[in-house]
Amino acid sequence: MAMKRKDGRSLTDIRKMEAKVGVIPNADGSAMFKMGDTIAIAAVYGPKHLHPQHMQNPQTGILRCSYDLMSFSVNDRKKPGPSRRSQELSKVTQWALEPAIDLQDFPSTVVDVTIQIIQADAGTRTAGINAASLALAHAGIPMKNLVCSIAIGKLDKDIVVDLDKSEEDFEGGEGPTDFPLAKLANTDQYTLVQLDGKIQPDKVKEVLKLADDACAKIYEIQKNALKEIVEQ
Amino acid sequence: MSIMEPTNISKETLKSMLEKNKRFDGRGSMDFRNVEIELNISNKAEGSARVRLGKTEVLAGIKLAPGNPYPDSLDKGNLMVSGDLTPLASPHFESGPPGFAAIELPRLLDRAIRESGMIDLKKLVIRAGEKVWTVFIDVYPINDDGNLLDVSLIACVVALKKTMIPNLKENDLPDYKTPSKTPLPISEETFPLSFSFFKFGNYLAMDPTREEEEMSDVRINFGISKWNGQYMINSSQKSGSSPFSRAELEKIAEILPQKFDEINERIKNYL
Repeated sequence: MAMKRKDGRSLTDIRKMEAKVGVIPNADGSAMFKMGDTIAIAAVYGPKHLHPQHMQNPQTGILRCSYDLMSFSVNDRKKPGPSRRSQELSKVTQWALEPAIDLQDFPSTVVDVTIQIIQADAGTRTAGINAASLALAHAGIPMKNLVCSIAIGKLDKDIVVDLDKSEEDFEGGEGPTDFPLAKLANTDQYTLVQLDGKIQPDKVKEVLKLADDACAKIYEIQKNALKEIVEQ
Repeated sequence: MSIMEPTNISKETLKSMLEKNKRFDGRGSMDFRNVEIELNISNKAEGSARVRLGKTEVLAGIKLAPGNPYPDSLDKGNLMVSGDLTPLASPHFESGPPGFAAIELPRLLDRAIRESGMIDLKKLVIRAGEKVWTVFIDVYPINDDGNLLDVSLIACVVALKKTMIPNLKENDLPDYKTPSKTPLPISEETFPLSFSFFKFGNYLAMDPTREEEEMSDVRINFGISKWNGQYMINSSQKSGSSPFSRAELEKIAEILPQKFDEINERIKNYL
């Protein structure tokens, strides 16, 4: 762990994180989550009446997530509106959050979660999930747990926690690997698993361990942000 | 084939079978269905294949065309993977704009192929910064009986291994009519395979049929290849909302290399 990173972090350090709850007054719940230079905001509206009717589930309310980058959040302007990438990330975000909430007392309704990235410097889906988890709690949605999310990376042979964009652009050796994960806080249940790169199967154990440590830190930051709003 | 959702009776039955490590089609939980491969199924394509995995059948075709490089990769050819889930293959597929399954499939194929490094995109430059080859991989399911991802990736890989780069005429126009002797620059050693797993209650099994996919609580897939003599996971996605436990993820990671070797052996016979 002697190798230092550009910003002075050790291989297992997360970036500087910041969380704030209640950033969008109109929303039933909202939050901002910052991981280094990546900034995500999330708003929750609902439970509310669901249209179209055929999507309604008479047994439970449903969660609907939408993730996107703001057009100016990246170097080359992103065309506004959904892309295939954002549709995929919206779906995996929904899957990451669903196990944490319980909408059985709100049949036929929907809870809408909208995530926007203001500034993208890698780890946008994980920042979005961290923000959305807080926004759901802020909205008073019945929750079993908070969801904490972090991307574990690999640069050539080194496993590295929470890559920023300059690290993600690394080339050479075994290349860069991005291994985003989310989990129910303080459990061994993983709700988001994605991967892109080159990593030996026998390193999965180590990756999960590092994700656990990072998520424990994120959980504390999330809890503190929620306490702040209660104390106000 | 019925489009009815699986009944509670089938779910109960599957549960009691998985308890004994059995499934409806006689397989054990970690058995991959029989693979059959046919090469060069369309003579207008630069490479093509038909692959069957049990009753699931997929066609993959490779076309090459000269194009402009992307601004962020001027020294590389382009790779584009598309897939179309047409109503031909299943009563579950509908015409019209792509649903989520039709978005997810090509994206997962793209990641597995690209990250494995199977195609040497740097060797697909015609004139640096100006003209490069675009490799179009198109996948068409013909019959969906589950696990389209794993079978589609086999189809892409074997089609790529047989792909030829067309000769170029003047003005950079490709000559699609005269046969080419230039194979696509692909790695001898490296190619990806995908393995999909599903969870049903406390049970874990691989290579789901359509019925098992519908009954499952959640699924996960891993793209794996061999690179510089080492097994490498190149891609993964959990699909569905139930979580996977640490023990389950570690168990899957552990069996991936042996499954890679097993399916690799079976595919080799066709190449």
